[in-house]
Amino acid sequence: MRGGTLTGGTISAYQSETGEGRDRFAQLLRAEWTKFRTIRGWLAGMIIAAVVTVGIAALDHASCGGIVMPGGSVTAGQGCSSPVGPGGQAVTDSPYLVHQPLGTEGSITVRVTSLSGQPAGPASAGTAAGLQPWSKAGIIIKASDRPGSVYAAVMVTGGHGVVMQYDYTGDTAGPPGPVSAASPRWLRLIRSGDNVTGYESADGTRWHVVGTAHLAGLPATALAGLFAASPAGSTSAASSSISGSSGGSGANLATARFDHVIVRGGQPGRAWAGGTVGGNAGGPADTGFHQAGGTFTVTGSGDIAPDVPAASGGDGFAIEHTLLGIFGALVAVIVVAVMFMTAEYRRGLIKVTLAASPRRGRVLAAKAVVIGSVSFAAGLIGSAAALLTGEHLLRSNGNFIMPVSTLTEVRVVAGTAALTAVTAILALAVGALLRSSAAAVTLVISVVVLPYLLENTVLPAGAADWVLRITPAAGFAIQQSLPQYPQVAASYTPANGYFPLTPWAGFAVLCGYAALALAVAAIILRRRDA
Amino acid sequence: MSYALRAEWTKLRTVPGTVWLLLAVVAATVLLGLVADAAASCPSGGCQLDLARTSLTGIYLSQAVIAVLAVMTIGSEYSSGMIRVTLTATPHRATVLAAKAVILTALVLVAGTVAVLGSVLVGGLILPAHGFTSAHGYLPLSLRDGPVLRAAAGSVLYLALITLLSLGIATAVREAAAGIGGVLALLYLIPIIAGIASPHWQRHLHQIAPMTAGLAIQATTSLRSMAISPWAGLGVLAAWAAAALLAAVALLRLRDA
Repeated sequence: MRGGTLTGGTISAYQSETGEGRDRFAQLLRAEWTKFRTIRGWLAGMIIAAVVTVGIAALDHASCGGIVMPGGSVTAGQGCSSPVGPGGQAVTDSPYLVHQPLGTEGSITVRVTSLSGQPAGPASAGTAAGLQPWSKAGIIIKASDRPGSVYAAVMVTGGHGVVMQYDYTGDTAGPPGPVSAASPRWLRLIRSGDNVTGYESADGTRWHVVGTAHLAGLPATALAGLFAASPAGSTSAASSSISGSSGGSGANLATARFDHVIVRGGQPGRAWAGGTVGGNAGGPADTGFHQAGGTFTVTGSGDIAPDVPAASGGDGFAIEHTLLGIFGALVAVIVVAVMFMTAEYRRGLIKVTLAASPRRGRVLAAKAVVIGSVSFAAGLIGSAAALLTGEHLLRSNGNFIMPVSTLTEVRVVAGTAALTAVTAILALAVGALLRSSAAAVTLVISVVVLPYLLENTVLPAGAADWVLRITPAAGFAIQQSLPQYPQVAASYTPANGYFPLTPWAGFAVLCGYAALALAVAAIILRRRDA
Repeated sequence: MSYALRAEWTKLRTVPGTVWLLLAVVAATVLLGLVADAAASCPSGGCQLDLARTSLTGIYLSQAVIAVLAVMTIGSEYSSGMIRVTLTATPHRATVLAAKAVILTALVLVAGTVAVLGSVLVGGLILPAHGFTSAHGYLPLSLRDGPVLRAAAGSVLYLALITLLSLGIATAVREAAAGIGGVLALLYLIPIIAGIASPHWQRHLHQIAPMTAGLAIQATTSLRSMAISPWAGLGVLAAWAAAALLAAVALLRLRDA
C-alpha cells in the first residue's frame, strides 16, 4: 500500500498495485476464490460430492456366480469372465467349429444350402426363439481353437445376408437375402500369409470379393473349417422399471447344411474334428456335426462376436458402473454453485462486488472459473477413487470388468470430472439468472438428474432417447466406455450404459447449455440493477 | 390458529411467485404426461404398459416444483429475516408451522387436482390413438375405473405429502438451496443408486424410498410384482412427511430464529 502517504505537504493519490487487463482478472479470481474457500458449508459441499461418489461405489455388492434372491433361490451366473480378443476388448467366442489344419497358403470353399434355428430348451417368455437375425454359419480360418484367437470368416446370417467378419469387431456386409436349398450360397476364404480374403457366389463360378482381413500373428498351421452359432434371443420388451420386471433369455441353436466342401493347402485325407470353441460347459447339449458323404450338418450355439454386457447372456460390468455415485455428487455441486451466486444477492454483497469490479461480465467469468475448477477437482478425485474402489470391489467379488483402453479409462474419469464442472457452471449461471436458490437448484436438477431417472423408470423408449439427446443430461454420454456393435443384437439403452449420442457429442450438448446460460446471465447481469 | 392461518395465507397470496409455481405444477404435470403418452406405443410383441402410470408421469417433474414452493415458503422467511417478525407475532412456533402446512397443502391439493385431471384427460385422448384400444385389451382411461381413480386421487395425495415433507426438511435446514437439494436428493437419488444394489436390496430400497414407495399408488397393473402395495407405499411417504415435520417442530422450538 503506497496510497495516503503524507510527504512534504503533498498527498499522493491512491493507486492500485495491480495494473489493468490480465492482472485485474487474476485479482478478481483471487477475490472469488477467497469468497469460496472461507465459507465452510461450500467446502463441505464439495468434499461431500467427492465422498458420495466413492461411497456409493463402495456399496456395490454385485457378485458373480449368482445373486441370492429373497427366499434362497440363486440366479445362476453364466461364467464370470470373457476371453479377450486381439483388439483388447472382451469377446464371445463359442461357436461350434468343424476344422482341419491349414498351411500359410490355402483356401476353403463350401456351398451352404440351409440355415435354420430352434430354441435349445423351453423358450422363456418374451424372448424371440429360433433363428435370430445374427444366427450365423459359414467358413472360418482361425489361429486355434483357443477362445479369443484371431480369425476371419465369411458366413450366411439369419437376417443380414452374407457377411464377412474378422477379429470379432470387423464386419463387412455382402449381398443380402436368406439362404435356402433353392438359392444356396457359395462361400470361399483364401489365405495368403497373414491376409485372408472372403468371396461369395450364387452359383460357384462367378465369385465376388466380400472383404479382406489382415490377421496379425496367424500361425503357419491355422485351422480352416465350418462353424455355426446363434446368439440367445434378445428380450422383445426390454424394460427395467421400478416395479422390476426383467425378461429372461433362452439359448438358441443354429443348424446349417454344407456341401461341396473343398480345402486346399491343408493336409489331404485328414479327418474333420469338431467341438465348441472353449468347451461346451453349461451350453446346450444338442450341438455337434454330422457328416454323410459330402454333406455336413453343423449345429452350434453361442456366438463369435464382441462381448456386449447388455446382450442376453452377456456378463461383466462396464467401468462406468462404478461411477453411479456421480449423481449424488452433482446434487451437492449444484447446490453449492447456485449458492455461490445467490448468496451475493442475499447479503447484499453483490453491491460491494460490483462496486469493486464494475465490469460485470468479468465477475461472472471469475466465478465460473473458480466454481468450475473446484468442481472439476472434486469430480476428478471422486470419480478416480470411485473407479479404483469399485473395480477392486467388483473383481474381488469375482465379477468380470469389460476391458477398455487406458485412453478410454482416462476419458471416462476426466469426462466425469468435466461433467461435474460444466454442470456447476450451468448452475452458477441459472443462479445468476433466477436469483432464487430454490428455483435455480430445482431447475438444474430437473434438467440434469431427472431425465436419467425418467429414462430408467417410466418413459417409453422412444421418448427417453430424445430426452437424452436434447436435455443437458445428454452429457452423461461422456461416461460410456463401450461402443455399440451393429453385429450384436442387444438392448443398447442408457440403463445398460449406451447413450443415443456419442460421448463427445453428448458432452457438447451439455456445454452448449452451460455456455448459453452463462451468456444470457452475463447480458442480464449487465442490464439489471443489482 | 385462525390468525396464524390468515397471516400465512396473506403472505403466500401476495408473493407473485406462488401463482406462477402453482401454474407450473399444472403445466409440468400435463406436458410431461403428454410427452410420455405421445411416445407410448404398442408393439406387435404385446404391450405391457400401465396407462394410468404413463399418463401421470408428469408427477415426477411437478413434485420438484411443489418442493420449490414449500421450501421457499419457509426459506424466504429465514433469508429475509421475516421469521423474527413472524415468531414475534405468533410466539407459539408449532402453530406457525402448522398454519404454513395447512395453507400450502390446501393450495397443492387444488393445483394437484387440476393437474391430475388434466393428465388423465390428455391420456384418455392420446393413448387410444397409439394402439391402446380395447382390441389390445385396454379399457379407455376413465376415473370410473377403480384402480385409475386410486392412481389419480393417490397422485394428488402424493403431491400433498411431498409438500409436507419438503416443508419439514426446509424448516430443519433453514437454507433454501440446501433444503431443496436435500429434498430432491432424497426423492431422486435413491431410485438411481438402487441400480447398483442387488435385487434383494433394490426391493428394500424401493419399499422405503419416499418417491418409489409413494408413487406405488399410481400402479394399476401387475400389482403383485410391485415392491410395495399402493396404499402401503403412500403410508411410507406419509411416515417420511410426519417424521420431517416432527423434526422441524422440535428444531424450531429448540433453536433461536
